[in-house]
Amino acid sequence: MSKPKVAFFDFTSCEGCQLNKLNFENDLLDMLKLVDIVEFREAMDNRADEYDIAFIEGSISSPTCVERIHDIRRRTKILVALGQCAVSGGINAMKNDQPSEWVRETVYGEDKYLFPSLPAMPVSAVVKVDYEIRGCPMSPPEYLHVLKSLLLGRKPELKDYAVCVECKLKENECVLDKGMFCLGPVTRAGCEAICPSFGQYCTGCRGPVSDLNKDGAVNMLKAHGFSEAEAIKRMKMFNTNDLEKTISWGAK
Amino acid sequence: MSRDLSIDVHHITRVEGHGNIVVDMKNGELRKAQLDIVEPPRFFEAMMKGRSFHEAAIITSRICGICSLGHQMTSLKATEAALGLELSEQTIKLRKLLVHGSTFQSNVLHALFLATPDFLNVGSVFPLVETHKEVVLAALRLKRLANEMGEIISGRAVHPISCVPGGFTQIPTEDKLKYLKEQLETQGLKDVAFVAEVLKSLAGEIPVFKRETEYISVYSDEEYGLYDGQICSSDSGLYPVEDYLSVTNEFVVAHSSSKHARFNRSSYMVGALARFNNSHKLLKPEARDLAASLGLVAPNFNPYMITVAQVVEVLHCVLDSIDLLDDLLTTGLKQEKPNQQPTKYGRGIATTEVPRGILFHDYTYNRQGIIEAANCIIPTGQNLANIDDDMKKLVPEILDQGKDTITKKLEMLVRAYDPCISCSVHMLDVEFVE
Ligand code: SF4
Ligand code: SF4
Ligand code: SF4
Repeated sequence: MSKPKVAFFDFTSCEGCQLNKLNFENDLLDMLKLVDIVEFREAMDNRADEYDIAFIEGSISSPTCVERIHDIRRRTKILVALGQCAVSGGINAMKNDQPSEWVRETVYGEDKYLFPSLPAMPVSAVVKVDYEIRGCPMSPPEYLHVLKSLLLGRKPELKDYAVCVECKLKENECVLDKGMFCLGPVTRAGCEAICPSFGQYCTGCRGPVSDLNKDGAVNMLKAHGFSEAEAIKRMKMFNTNDLEKTISWGAK
Repeated sequence: MSRDLSIDVHHITRVEGHGNIVVDMKNGELRKAQLDIVEPPRFFEAMMKGRSFHEAAIITSRICGICSLGHQMTSLKATEAALGLELSEQTIKLRKLLVHGSTFQSNVLHALFLATPDFLNVGSVFPLVETHKEVVLAALRLKRLANEMGEIISGRAVHPISCVPGGFTQIPTEDKLKYLKEQLETQGLKDVAFVAEVLKSLAGEIPVFKRETEYISVYSDEEYGLYDGQICSSDSGLYPVEDYLSVTNEFVVAHSSSKHARFNRSSYMVGALARFNNSHKLLKPEARDLAASLGLVAPNFNPYMITVAQVVEVLHCVLDSIDLLDDLLTTGLKQEKPNQQPTKYGRGIATTEVPRGILFHDYTYNRQGIIEAANCIIPTGQNLANIDDDMKKLVPEILDQGKDTITKKLEMLVRAYDPCISCSVHMLDVEFVE
């Protein structure tokens, strides 16, 4: 059997997810034995026509992005959204929440009408996405799990419970008890609660759990001394699109 | 010589982000030789408005994964300057270690994985896994070690976790720091020496080209300028960081979605070679010797030598990290909490050398600790005018070499600057009219 053809593409992003994937220094050479990397502009000159698996990093945020992603979808068997920018629009979507007039004016001043731009969208808003690897940056163990599953022809298992579960298992001191903010109770696990494990609050970078209880989340944060507006603002850092899509959040 | 030449490298590879090289010559007259930047905009400055001081570094880190540590450091320092937050010596030492780790990780990645394939005439590092396995392994080990420094001290090498305004949310254990020190002293130094030998053997492949320009970098009297210092211009001397706008003078050009910059000349260079030219006397003696043995003598006016300067810096960073770890371990680590009690509110400006050059963040906070205005000036944007000027001098000099060679040399030139295009378009978009 020939090795599966794998390709990596970047759209509007910080390329941190792609970089993170190069950070498996110890496994990188072994991985190369299993797959054939046919396109990866950041690292190589080659280009290919067809792929078995295409990993997409970044949001769709310009007309050119829309064209490129349709083209890739046509040529790949499996399409995986890599990282929160691709999965939900991630941090790029913060600008969607502000009046676009104002955003453009802030940046371009009186030349604002010269420059059309789209809201930052997830890849799934434009083409079918087969699998998602969440996180900003994507979590390396999850990436390895998805890659291995796909190579074995299995369906990857992704988690849909809260970061708090992983955090408790690691026996971390809860940062809420230290007077800090935390989005662990409403954020999807899979990162092994890495931020609270380093004493920092969870910023919700993996997106909300699917059965998000908005009122419960806001009340919990209020009980810890954060205003509703502040709670919502912080939840939106990585999740503007999710929150706008699933629930009407009122206060902007 | 009179001839026509048209080159269009659409989305140059082995650089971070999307850019095109465009050369247009008619009847021997060079009409165009430039790097077009075509990355979509990301509007970070607009996103920063209304955010609290706890969030600033988390957001700006996402301007660029490769430079995320540098953005965080600069962001934190700007916030600390605005809010009057004092730092402990321990915090500064740990941060310097992080800057060293991210500098040498990025320099290794660029010099060995992105630039070296050109010297060996292959299109990527992957064929080298077969032909030059030992080099690839040494580079991977160095990269791993640098990432481990990031992971141990800040939780994660890409988008660090525990660095916050005023300090760290968690202090690494002494055992882990001891481990890092041992690794750096043994395998680390060995691998740097090996990588340097390999680069020496490839010295003949580095194109010879000379164009003197202005070199701008962070400068400090006490150490090779990386973590903090004043702004230094090779043309006109030192400036306080608060004067950064009069140094960078950003301007919009039609062929780039990232702004360009100029100071005393039509363009200036930032990055490893600019740092080397301005601060070479402050390198560790071993790193100075290495530079000399690789044919790098200050001032050097060949942009292709940036790669060599990067490797010299790798050795410097490894050696200085060992010293910093030594200091920290001798004093013993204190379990201190970050200092997050603002003593004032207002404007804060900070600069750090990130691998690709001098970076500025500038924030204004209101009395609630919320950002009212933000500005970031990115190294790649500052280099763009210089890259165009290099191309305009280089193309006529190598016209007799055939289109393929010219194209390759231009690609190598752009790659030498290690441009980070996502960073450079953090805010601006311009539509192109051909
Ligand atoms: S998800 Fe985060 S780390 Fe990944 S590309 Fe987007 S901003 Fe970068
Ligand atoms: S620190 Fe955050 S993630 Fe961990 S238990 Fe507390 S609320 Fe949950
Ligand atoms: S703890 Fe929260 S912010 Fe940190 S990686 Fe996990 S989901 Fe993202």
